[in-house]
Amino acid sequence: MTWRRPKIGVVRFPGSNRDADAMRAVELCGGEAVPVWHESEDLLGVTGVLIPGGFSYGDYLRAGAMAAHSPVMKAVRKHAEAGGPVLGICNGLQILLEAGLLPGAMLPNRSLRFIHKEVFLRVERDDTPLLGKLRCGQVLRLPIAHKEGNWFAPPEVFQEVERQRLIALRYCSAEGEVAEAYNPNGALAAVAGLTNREGNVLGMMPHPECRVDPFLGEPFGKPFIAALVEVS
Amino acid sequence: MKVEVRISLKRDVLDPQGEAIRRVLTRLGYTEVSAVRVGKLMLLDVEGEEREHVRARVEEACRELLANPIIEDFEVRVL
Repeated sequence: MTWRRPKIGVVRFPGSNRDADAMRAVELCGGEAVPVWHESEDLLGVTGVLIPGGFSYGDYLRAGAMAAHSPVMKAVRKHAEAGGPVLGICNGLQILLEAGLLPGAMLPNRSLRFIHKEVFLRVERDDTPLLGKLRCGQVLRLPIAHKEGNWFAPPEVFQEVERQRLIALRYCSAEGEVAEAYNPNGALAAVAGLTNREGNVLGMMPHPECRVDPFLGEPFGKPFIAALVEVS
Repeated sequence: MKVEVRISLKRDVLDPQGEAIRRVLTRLGYTEVSAVRVGKLMLLDVEGEEREHVRARVEEACRELLANPIIEDFEVRVL
C-alpha cells in the first residue's frame, strides 16, 4: 500500500488572513496543503479545495463579491461541478454564496458589530462526505469572527433549502437548543453552515481551522478538515 | 457617457443600518422620519454612442457583479 497524502488547495486572495492556519490544519489532518493564488486559472492538480477566511479584496462592494469573480473561482466552480470537495470557511462561505455555489446571501450582523467569540453549533446533517465524521444533534464549540454572517434567503429559496435539507450547522445553546437568544448574528433559521444538494460543497461561518491542534482547545474543528482531506 | 447606478436593499430585507440611523434621528428630534433605508450610489464612465446599448451593458454588469439580486434591487440611469 502506498501512503496517500491528498493535495488540498488553499485559495489565497488579497486580504485572506486565515490561509496559514488553514494550511497548517490540513497538514495536521494528513493532507498536503498547496497554496493557490487567486489569479491562477487552474487548481495545480489538487483534489480538494479549501477557501479560507479573511477579507478578500477588503470586502469591497459586498463580502466575497469580488473574489467570487476572480479567475481561480472559475476553476473552483469546475472542480465543484465535477463533484470535487470544497470547504469554505467564513469569508470562504461568503464567496461561495456570491458565486452561487451555495444558496442565499449574507447581510451585516443584526447588531452591526464585528463579532468575535466562541459559539455552540448543532450538527444538522451527517450523511454527506464532508459531514461524515459528525453526528446529527452533536453540539460543537467553535469561534466565529465576522461582521457579515447574517444569512438570508427569500421565502422561495429558503423553502428549497429546507426541502433539500441543505442546513448543515445551526447556532444553539450549550445543550443544543436552537433559539433566537443563541443566534449571534440574526441569521435566518440560525444557519451557521450550508451544504449544496450534492453534498460536495460545504460552507460555514465558524472557524474549524482554529480548533484542530489540541494545544488550542478541544479539537471540534478537526472532523471538518479531516473529512475534507479524507474525501479528496 | 455618465451612468448612475443606484443599489438598494429589497423591501423585505431588514436594514439594521437604516434602522440605527432612524433611531438616532428620532433622538435628535427628527421624529417625523419613520424609516431609513441605506443604499449605494455608483457613478460610471462608460464608452459608447448608443444610450440603450450602454444601459443594457450596465444592467448586465449589475446582475453579474454590482448588485446581489437575492438581496438588492438596482436602477440604472444614463445621464
